[in-house]
Amino acid sequence: MNSIMDISLLLLKGIKITLIVLAVSIVISTLIAFVAGLSRVSSNVLLNKFTGVYVEIFRGTSLIIQLFWFSYALPGLFNIHLGSDIWTAVIAISLNYGAYMSEIVRSSILSVSHGQTEASVALNLTKFQRMRHIIIPQAIRMMLPEYGNYLIQILKATSLVSLIGLTDLLYYGNIYRSTHLSEAPTVYMLILVFYFVLALPLIAFTRKMEVFSKKGVAQE
Amino acid sequence: MGKPIVNYSKIHKSFGDVDVLKGINLDIKPGEKVALIGPSGSGKTTIIRMLMTLEQPTSGTILVNGENLWQMEKKGQLVPSDDKHLHAIRGDIGMVFQHFNLFPHMTIVENCMLAPALAKKNDKKEVKIQAVEMLEKVGLGDKINLYPAQLSGGQKQRVAMARALMMKPKVMLFDEVTSALDPELVGEVLEVIRDLAKEGEMAMILVTHEMDFALDIADRILFLNEGVIEEEGPPSELLVNPKSERLQDFLARFNKR
Amino acid sequence: MTWDWGVFFEVIPLIFKGLWITIGLTIACYLFAMIFGFFWVFVARIPSKTISWIFRWIAEFIRSTPPLVQLFFIFYAWPMVPVVGVTLNPFVAAILGLGLHFSTYLSEVYRSGIESVDKGQWEASTALNLSTKQKWLKIILPQAIPPTIPMLGNYLIIMFKEVPLASTIGVVAMLHMANDYGAQHWKYVEPLTVVALFFLLLSYPSALLISKLEKKYNRRFDKKTISTL
Repeated sequence: MNSIMDISLLLLKGIKITLIVLAVSIVISTLIAFVAGLSRVSSNVLLNKFTGVYVEIFRGTSLIIQLFWFSYALPGLFNIHLGSDIWTAVIAISLNYGAYMSEIVRSSILSVSHGQTEASVALNLTKFQRMRHIIIPQAIRMMLPEYGNYLIQILKATSLVSLIGLTDLLYYGNIYRSTHLSEAPTVYMLILVFYFVLALPLIAFTRKMEVFSKKGVAQE
Repeated sequence: MGKPIVNYSKIHKSFGDVDVLKGINLDIKPGEKVALIGPSGSGKTTIIRMLMTLEQPTSGTILVNGENLWQMEKKGQLVPSDDKHLHAIRGDIGMVFQHFNLFPHMTIVENCMLAPALAKKNDKKEVKIQAVEMLEKVGLGDKINLYPAQLSGGQKQRVAMARALMMKPKVMLFDEVTSALDPELVGEVLEVIRDLAKEGEMAMILVTHEMDFALDIADRILFLNEGVIEEEGPPSELLVNPKSERLQDFLARFNKR
Repeated sequence: MTWDWGVFFEVIPLIFKGLWITIGLTIACYLFAMIFGFFWVFVARIPSKTISWIFRWIAEFIRSTPPLVQLFFIFYAWPMVPVVGVTLNPFVAAILGLGLHFSTYLSEVYRSGIESVDKGQWEASTALNLSTKQKWLKIILPQAIPPTIPMLGNYLIIMFKEVPLASTIGVVAMLHMANDYGAQHWKYVEPLTVVALFFLLLSYPSALLISKLEKKYNRRFDKKTISTL
């Protein structure tokens, strides 16, 4: 029992990095998702195609590869020094999940019933007003359950940051295991439990949204 | 009556290879009530959708208040209208849809307030008072804070009418507004339209299958068949003594039901 | 450090060799996930509410925690577990770890497929007095499986992109080869780019194929699609 306490206290040190990477990645990837998702439904061909290429590149390759690539290419190839690996991790995770989530933004916007657009035209709303007041509010409701699922995916993805040297939950676990080989089962089970506890509110959010999203949308 | 508020001339419309409208000429005078009847696929709905800017004519012109709806002048040349031009002209047109198209994420009073609050940038309090009055007028004064999903079909359609009326349109379009309703709910919706018709100042174009209703409120009935106006006239004449064989057939089939 | 085309072309054949290992491992993980996915469906149908509840949360636990940590558990921790613990080679550990993780997703696909079969079909099977086996094999599964094919295809692509995680426990496939090359020549970006290109080259056309299939079946299934990791 003592070692459980010891390990837990050690892991708590790493939880800060895990949470920072999680929170910042969620904010940035959500922003990217909306910008990219809206670009994908825009009538501007250039913007549409350019965003399409971005989305396919990031969805077509693995996050772990992107993470390594950024951690070597940013300082090496582009001579960009972010001062901290946290930013490298956040950039890789956000670009990756921004690409995935832009697809739910896009498909939600497209699945708002066409009658809603027609009614907005009949009420003489401008294109911008139509998006802002009619389409996007309904699209957001529709996308919330899938969005919740992606938040859980992002949480799981943060475990990769230890691979580029960030001192997160998994990093401290690995350190402990390297000096206490026989306690590996306790270490990794505790890490899994820690992640699960972090995931629980996100799971609850997702389930709640599954009920909520069915209200107040006109779906095609 | 004075000069027409809406004028269609030589309007053609095709979807792909299908010619839906083949040369429509039509004047609507201010305050006039016109019913469009005809078999499905005859292009009735397309006629009013083009006026609402939901469909672009393939050729021909539509004038609203004497202004060209689908073309605008640019450097001395006529070019297809952009959004701004359409926006500037279609404010006088309102429309009620077959499937209501209420905004499900807003309460019904918010549905009614949205357009005037945004488009006319009026005082929100004032707009709300008007919206409540309008909902009272269609008999839903006690339901203003409900969401569309909580209403019956007939109630939804009455909200849709109140919402369109909030724009104070000079021409109101009704696209088979009772077709999606259960039979027992049709009456309450027709009642509201009848009241509006009696008020008189607003022109109305109704696409409808309710012949008795058309007979009752319309100043003029147009019978559309295969993309042309086959016959037109006052309801008492057109429905009682149809001239063309096609209209006779159409009415006979209707009466059988 | 600048981009070196010489290195880029030099590593292509090297990493191409690793591609086959990545593909092989993907298929092995996926088969395991497909089979084990049925286990979750089966235990969810156990009449005892307590037991099915416990298994549902075990599945939720596996689904909501990082596969990377699960790989570490199986590879580093499992040998230390008293009595049942055995040392696994990296390949087997990867198949078990990633397979188990994805089985919880595939079970959701199966479940949605089964639920999509109209209730009347069950009632008709009962009315025709079919046996349980006949009911499943002749009536339910033939209708439940086809609409899930696009979803299953999607997960195969997702699995493909997750397999590089196995390099962290020493499976020598594309990513591991790229990192090895990088460590030897201090050139990481070029080999990693080649790996990324190989992934893109395979997953993008596959994704197009799947979306065609999806349109064909024209049905939206379970929304719990997952992305990488």
